[in-house]
Amino acid sequence: MTMNPDLVAPSREPRQGDVSALDTDRNPGHAEAPVPTVVHPGLTGPIKIKAEDVSVFYGQKQALFDVSLDIADKAVTAFIGPSGCGKSTFLRCINRMNDTIPSARVVGKITIDGQDITDRSIDPVLLRARVGMVFQKPNPFPKSIFENVAYGPKIHGLTANKTELADRVEHSLKRAGLWKEVADRLESPGTGLSGGQQQRLVIARAIAVEPEVILMDEPCSALDPIATARIEELIDELREEYCIVIVTHSMAQAARVSQRTAFFHLGQLIEVGPTEDIFQNPRERRTLDYITGRFG
Amino acid sequence: MNQHTVKAYGDELDQLTAEVVRMGGMTEAQVSDAIDSIARRDVALAKSVIERDEKLDALQHEIERKAIRLIALRQPMASDLRKALAAMKIAVDLERAGDLAKNIAKRGLALIDGEPMTPLTRSIVRMGQLVSTRLKEVLDAYTTSEVEGAIAVWKHDDDIDEHYNALFRELLTYMMGDPRTIGASTHLLFMAKNLERIGDHATNLAETIHYEITGEEIAGDRPKSNATAEDIGDPYTATEIGDRG
Repeated sequence: MTMNPDLVAPSREPRQGDVSALDTDRNPGHAEAPVPTVVHPGLTGPIKIKAEDVSVFYGQKQALFDVSLDIADKAVTAFIGPSGCGKSTFLRCINRMNDTIPSARVVGKITIDGQDITDRSIDPVLLRARVGMVFQKPNPFPKSIFENVAYGPKIHGLTANKTELADRVEHSLKRAGLWKEVADRLESPGTGLSGGQQQRLVIARAIAVEPEVILMDEPCSALDPIATARIEELIDELREEYCIVIVTHSMAQAARVSQRTAFFHLGQLIEVGPTEDIFQNPRERRTLDYITGRFG
Repeated sequence: MNQHTVKAYGDELDQLTAEVVRMGGMTEAQVSDAIDSIARRDVALAKSVIERDEKLDALQHEIERKAIRLIALRQPMASDLRKALAAMKIAVDLERAGDLAKNIAKRGLALIDGEPMTPLTRSIVRMGQLVSTRLKEVLDAYTTSEVEGAIAVWKHDDDIDEHYNALFRELLTYMMGDPRTIGASTHLLFMAKNLERIGDHATNLAETIHYEITGEEIAGDRPKSNATAEDIGDPYTATEIGDRG
């Protein structure tokens, strides 16, 4: 296939602390990486994340069974499925959040731009700077709005001086659509914002460290419809720059914001495809039963 | 099909299907009664067909209202969404077919005053029975959700077209032979045309039902009668004057 050069991820200069710089033997850099092939229907554009036979165990219990999935860059991929289907478990594999659970064991391989992120030599803290995460409940730090966004760039040493830092905070807040609302009160506590504003603050905080991937675990479930619409609009804008993966219980939301949808059930990936196919005419019976509300 | 988790939602979809089946049954009866009224020169039956058309119109509105309500309140997905949309489309085709049946009954009343034209009427009745059978088959496919039935009807529309072309030639011969029959023959000609149109609606129904069941359009070529409208000199079909049946 021919690749539109505009759609191909620009190769990033390895910066200090960038995980891709830690493991140069394994990852020759994006520029030389072969053009990925499309292995899933409806997947256009370059592949950012590639999962191969990923299984997750919590102690003796297996929560995820041999999931293989390609996730496109510059697009929104939605994970849907009933509670306990493994969608969040899989999402948490992408930035190694499962490492924080002592009994959890992940097998299989997940690569981002060809680099194996499950490799023990990868520093999860640096990985999480590349793969940002937004949670169900907004979780701003108990600090000022400015400090919330400045925190990441500071600890990762991404800015040289105060002016640069202030610029980056402003840029991130603008990108998250929050700047106008908070420009005159950057020193107020982040926890004093409304739920929807807090969620956008958290997104600004994630963006501030220039991630490549943004994971969202039910980012709107605690928000009212208006705040939800603003987050969805933001997701749609952000997909031009990032690879976004969203877990949602709202099928209508998955239909609205994503280009591809993956349906999980009982720890298995049942079906993945273009969102419009999944919601109009899925191939799998179980997908149909779930999206039409027939799950028993 | 297993039940919806929200039972009331499943019930609403079932009710919608039931209404469509009911409307289908009424349309079938309208077509076959219109044909019978011609065959038996039955004034009362023809009048009852004309009167009953209102009920079909009302039912169409009812189905449309229910489908819109379901879409607004339940946000149906995939097969359920197709079911709601198909109900609306089917109701439109059935309403049109009902109008055509009414028109046949009206023309029948006009013929009853004149001399019987037995051989021609028999040809119309035969064609009417064929159209009725097609309508019944396609509605059975809807009731049973058997896509093969819909495909069969879709493929066999050429039978009706051939019947129409034969009748058209027969009527022309008749009119040329005896100009006094032109008035009555014209009514018969329009009846034949109306029946052919009902056949077209049956084909539309087959396409809608196929889409509802499979989510895909019917693939393949539909056989068309060899004789085109121009070949047989039918000005109505050839130029599609007032193509609303």
